Amino acid sequence: MSSYIVEAIKNGIFETLQMTFFASLLSYVIGLPLGILLYSTSKGRILSNRPLNLIFGLIVNICRSLPFLILLVLLIPFTRFVTGSSIGTTASIVPLTVGAVPIVARMVESSLSEVSPGIIEAAVSMGASPIYIIVHFILPEATPSLLFGAAINISTVLGYSAMAGVIGGGGLGAIALQYGYYRYQKDVLWTTVTLLIIMVMTIQEGGNMIAKKARK
Amino acid sequence: MTEVFRLDRVSKKYINDGREFLALKDVSLSISEGEIFGIIGMSGAGKSTLVRTLNRLEDVTSGTISFYGQDLGSLNARDVRKVRRNIAMIFQSFNLLQQRSVLSNVMQPLRIAGVRGNERKEKALEMLRVVGLEDKKDEYPSRLSGGQRQRVAIARALASEPKVLLCDEATSALDPKMTSEILDLLKDINRTRKLTIVIITHEMSVVEKICDRVAIIDSGMLAEAGEVKSIFADPQSEAARKLVFPSNPFDPSEKDSRLIRLVFDGLSAGRPFIAELVEKTGHKVNILSANTRSVGGIGYGQMVLELPKGEEEQIIGFFKDRGLSVQEVKHSEQLHS
Ligand SMILES: Nc1ncnc2c1ncn2[C@@H]1O[C@H](COP(=O)(O)OP(=O)(O)O)[C@@H](O)[C@H]1O
Ligand SMILES: [Mg+2]
Repeated sequence: MSSYIVEAIKNGIFETLQMTFFASLLSYVIGLPLGILLYSTSKGRILSNRPLNLIFGLIVNICRSLPFLILLVLLIPFTRFVTGSSIGTTASIVPLTVGAVPIVARMVESSLSEVSPGIIEAAVSMGASPIYIIVHFILPEATPSLLFGAAINISTVLGYSAMAGVIGGGGLGAIALQYGYYRYQKDVLWTTVTLLIIMVMTIQEGGNMIAKKARK
Repeated sequence: MTEVFRLDRVSKKYINDGREFLALKDVSLSISEGEIFGIIGMSGAGKSTLVRTLNRLEDVTSGTISFYGQDLGSLNARDVRKVRRNIAMIFQSFNLLQQRSVLSNVMQPLRIAGVRGNERKEKALEMLRVVGLEDKKDEYPSRLSGGQRQRVAIARALASEPKVLLCDEATSALDPKMTSEILDLLKDINRTRKLTIVIITHEMSVVEKICDRVAIIDSGMLAEAGEVKSIFADPQSEAARKLVFPSNPFDPSEKDSRLIRLVFDGLSAGRPFIAELVEKTGHKVNILSANTRSVGGIGYGQMVLELPKGEEEQIIGFFKDRGLSVQEVKHSEQLHS
């Protein structure tokens, strides 16, 4: 491999991590509250509200049922509006975030649902308000499960970021496509794929380890 | 005596998939300050439903519940939360935060009540001393035994200095030794802190051991309520008899013989009445069941006898002359109970 390709791969690793980091962060900034909302407004929960639950549930389900590639294309005008461009690393963060939010929301909802109803009942019997119960009872109890979920979500975003390379995003995905697919440089293709696999596995396993540590 | 809870014709209807279920029917009760009040009944009788109406975890369908004269049904959400801080609760499954240390668990109600950091910790440590677990303050609940977990739950419940402690099957997940320790602790807290305690259980032994008064719930209805001693000595309702008397007596030898139940209290339990009967009168009886128990330090006993034909009145007269309580028992009751 020539040195400029090695340079490009190094740069690609950095870009991939950058996209993954910011898209994951943003998807949790939006997805975590959304997941909490989905959980607490559902039937029999502390802020049970059927209309609200149906509306948010519907939005999440629609977004989640779109294949990521389609979402990428659909979001081009929106991405251009937000970042001023539809290509490049920064631009990719937009569709990655939009794609990850519904997954994060559902994952959070499911983690919170695992919290024992008895603990919530104990909190209610102490005279705690719904917000207090969410912050001081439900979230701490769900933390290990939320961390397991985060490991899955972040590695999914990393995988998606490679796909974002297809429509002009940066990162390892773009390199694999350019050199490996269009120019038939098999060594570059395999190198980038291997790197992606290692990165996904590191995140997944590292996340699991942290989650296990967190479980008391 | 100050009344803590007053229930007036309380009913609770659950509606599930359009099907109605009446879990409580016209229950009226009064619980006084400082007492340990038991609520006993078979599984599914409505005990948990009843206790959950006391802190409005469950709203009643009809009737009223007052707490120190205040109608619980009339309170808005904010006021209900305030009242709940005076009504602590412990559970069969302890319901501690698994992800928080023992100390942090005990501090929760104080935090909810807005007590400041340092004071919160001091108070929580004091409560852990009360339950004898100060050395476990930094442990996590998963590393404690069931009895220890319930102690932490008790410390947590006491932290906000409630007026009442509700216990829903608090000892049902514990072995007999731990049960006994927890009940001793509750009794102790009742005495030293003048705390009113409401105990839900399906076990007569729990009521026997620490309750002053007891209500018996049967299919959502109040079957009987009163002093534990008098209910043990002379249960009036079928439900109470089932709980008080043993469940596997011998069958009577004849289908149409008369059966009686003798009830002894502390004074008469020491005398050998059956031996006296045989010795003095020559009448012989068939003992179908007998048992004794100690309630509040006084021995109680009861015995079911099958009487020989033609001698019934003399035998009943013999026992009555000696001041024993004699009740007729139906064959059906004997077999079913
Ligand atoms: N949320 C509910 N919805 C419908 N039925 C219920 C509900 N909670 C309890 N029940 C029913 O009410 C009855 C009494 O329940 P419960 O109070 O838990 O009994 P206990 O505590 O005496 O075992 C049971 O038959 C139970 O199935
Ligand atoms: Mg129950």
